[in-house]
Amino acid sequence: MDILANLAIGFGVALSPYTLFLAVCGCFLGTIIGALPGLGPSNGVAILIPITFTLGLDATSALVLMTSVYYGAMYGGRISSILLNIPGDEPALMTTLDGYPMAKAGRAGDALVLSGVASFVGALLATIGLMLLAPSLARVAFLFGPAEYFALYLLAFCTLGGMASNNQAKAALAACIGLGIAMIGVDSSSGLPRLTGGNLHLYDGIDFLVAIVGLFAIAEIFFFIESHGKGSSIGVKLGKVTIPWKDIMATRWTMLRASGVGFIAGILPGAGASLGSFLAYMTEKSIAGPKGGFGTGVPKGIAAPEAGNNSAAGGALVPMLTLGVPGSGTTAVLLALLMTLNITPGPTLFSERPEVVWGLIASLLIANFVLLAMNVPMVKIFVKILMVPAWVLLPGVTMISFVGIYSLSGSYFDLLLMIGFGVLGYFLRKLDVPTVPVILGILLGGKMEDALRRAMTLSDGDPMYLFSSPIAIGFWIAAIAGFVAPMFLRGVLKKPEKHPTDGPVD
Amino acid sequence: MTKRLAGALITSAVLTFGAAGASTAAECIAPANPGGGWDFTCRQIGKIMYDIGAVDKPVQVTNMPGAGGGLAFGNVVNERSDDADLIVAASTATTTRLAQNAYAGMTADQVRFVGAIGADPGVIVVAADSEYQSLGDLVEAIKADPGSVAFAGGSAVGGFDHMKPLMVLKEGGFTDITKVKYIGVDGGADAITQTVGGFTQAMTGDMSEVVSFLANGDIRVIAVLTDERVPGFEDIPTAKEQGYDVVAVNWRGLYVPKDISDAQFDEWAGKLQQVADSPEWAQAMADNGLAPFTKVGGDFQSYIDGLVADIAGLSKELGVTQ
Repeated sequence: MDILANLAIGFGVALSPYTLFLAVCGCFLGTIIGALPGLGPSNGVAILIPITFTLGLDATSALVLMTSVYYGAMYGGRISSILLNIPGDEPALMTTLDGYPMAKAGRAGDALVLSGVASFVGALLATIGLMLLAPSLARVAFLFGPAEYFALYLLAFCTLGGMASNNQAKAALAACIGLGIAMIGVDSSSGLPRLTGGNLHLYDGIDFLVAIVGLFAIAEIFFFIESHGKGSSIGVKLGKVTIPWKDIMATRWTMLRASGVGFIAGILPGAGASLGSFLAYMTEKSIAGPKGGFGTGVPKGIAAPEAGNNSAAGGALVPMLTLGVPGSGTTAVLLALLMTLNITPGPTLFSERPEVVWGLIASLLIANFVLLAMNVPMVKIFVKILMVPAWVLLPGVTMISFVGIYSLSGSYFDLLLMIGFGVLGYFLRKLDVPTVPVILGILLGGKMEDALRRAMTLSDGDPMYLFSSPIAIGFWIAAIAGFVAPMFLRGVLKKPEKHPTDGPVD
Repeated sequence: MTKRLAGALITSAVLTFGAAGASTAAECIAPANPGGGWDFTCRQIGKIMYDIGAVDKPVQVTNMPGAGGGLAFGNVVNERSDDADLIVAASTATTTRLAQNAYAGMTADQVRFVGAIGADPGVIVVAADSEYQSLGDLVEAIKADPGSVAFAGGSAVGGFDHMKPLMVLKEGGFTDITKVKYIGVDGGADAITQTVGGFTQAMTGDMSEVVSFLANGDIRVIAVLTDERVPGFEDIPTAKEQGYDVVAVNWRGLYVPKDISDAQFDEWAGKLQQVADSPEWAQAMADNGLAPFTKVGGDFQSYIDGLVADIAGLSKELGVTQ
């Protein structure tokens, strides 16, 4: 077996006490970086790059450390999503939808363990997929042109309407706000700045991390101040952590499906982990139907996005290693690390530098098991970090938010912007407008527009170009179905019972 | 547990500020995120300067992304114009944007360009199975039907990657350049993906972006935009020898703040020359597909002035700027 032999090389490289120690450190740091709002995997990894130089790490050790941090952050993001209703990083956004309600219902421990297991399943399957299929999967990227990408992003937006549990119009409004914000910056199809007011800080658009931290963390702080801690999410109690076998078994198919969806979303350059967790959540939601109770704190609503975002994180490594095209923001930073180590990812990497590739894969597998151990039996350690009294936690969150955002570009402008988003988030919440679609609008809106503009350039403005391939048509059908089906189903099912699966399952 | 939180806070604070602090050591600003050419310039030049003893402390690299380098440029001009411990990575993209007035009115004479010590040759690439065998085929096809060929490149519309095929076409006698289709995607590798996938017919970019795809046999480089064929890639013809006298390279170099003394400027120029002459840099260039291109000190400033004037004129002619 070729693969087993290669894997043996990989473990030979990665399995020394020193690299194992680095993996444990990386996983621990990564989980903390992921859990802290404002520090996402991409700036977490970026901040740590200088450390690898200072420590004088060789290529393999540096990769082990960085990928452990990367995977660790993907695991860690869920912790603050569930406990604080503040996503620790952008892919953990969807986990707030069911994770926080479940925690509020007194099942925070179950939610954390379940999401940890889902993360493990997603990441493990993705690593195996990367191992077995990477060279052939790389060809998938060649099938996606502007028309296909446009249809894919459209699919994401068409299913958005069904996301807000009570008012679709408000979800649509929120998405439009996000799309509007995504327009700010230099328009890459004409090279001209839009809506920047001549301010250089806005030329690259608004970083979604600024928006996330503002809309969630800063808005949360405003709420806390207003209500003197009463109406705030901060301070969910965590009881005894036990393993909810029943939920894990009940969500096994959800995890598998979500891993598949997430992995494919991860492979597509530019789509990334956020789209992976979003599509995984929406797929499971539509399979479960209105009776599934998604959005009220159901186990499937936690398992799906967590398996999805972790497998997308693995999937994103496929185009990065085989094409040199990063599949997400974090892989872009990892790509940078590889280049500074004089390793140029590309189609020849697998044959020319097998020890790097298989060392990386082996270290991903190691990191995964380390993370499972850290995030299930030892999850309390991380929880404790977020469980300190509110008067300690809030200044901490505020400080980390400011430090994290300042580290993005080293400019105070982003801090002002973040506070602005905090105010926006506060009013949106007062008006009961969901904030998740705003973020998705910012995340995906720019890419969707770019895809459309490129498609129009290539086709001389012929809209039929958007339907010119079977892949694109497939996405269009799914998008239309995703948009129409909820309305249709609601008619057929009349009014679903108020709380079909509300409350504790066991 | 409070201790743990404090530990985490201190760790993150140290990590964050560690990158920005250390005022005594020299600092190199890469005006982009880690991973791009500017980041490479800072890290490699900084590392070699320290390794060969040109500086006595490791050079701190600060990434300051934003506005295609404009944010860093503004920062240097407005806030650090007399900081003698500061160098900033620059490339053709810097001068292109300055020439096109894309830095909100700031101009090339507001900093001092120290030198360039390597260049990434411009290339025009097609998919391996493309019908176009030479640059001539491609130019003739566009002359016959401008809509038949679309280019993909890693820079936005009006950027240097966009300019390259336009310069070739102009040289080939095709003047209706606004008809040429170009899409700007996220980097050279992405542009190749689009071209190999058949969504665009040709890719315009830098040699370093195409090397691994070339080795894999996915693409053919139909022209390299240098005076001479590039060492190591002797089988790739230049545009010049195909009858299109276009030289377009993406040089890698540095600028420093304007108000430092001439002695300080000369000191940086000397250090940069030392790097250029070092075997370490020769190796780094070979590993990254860069061709030798050394212009340091006073020479370079006049080269830059000429380049900015050329690009400004061309951009106006091309309709990219008014």
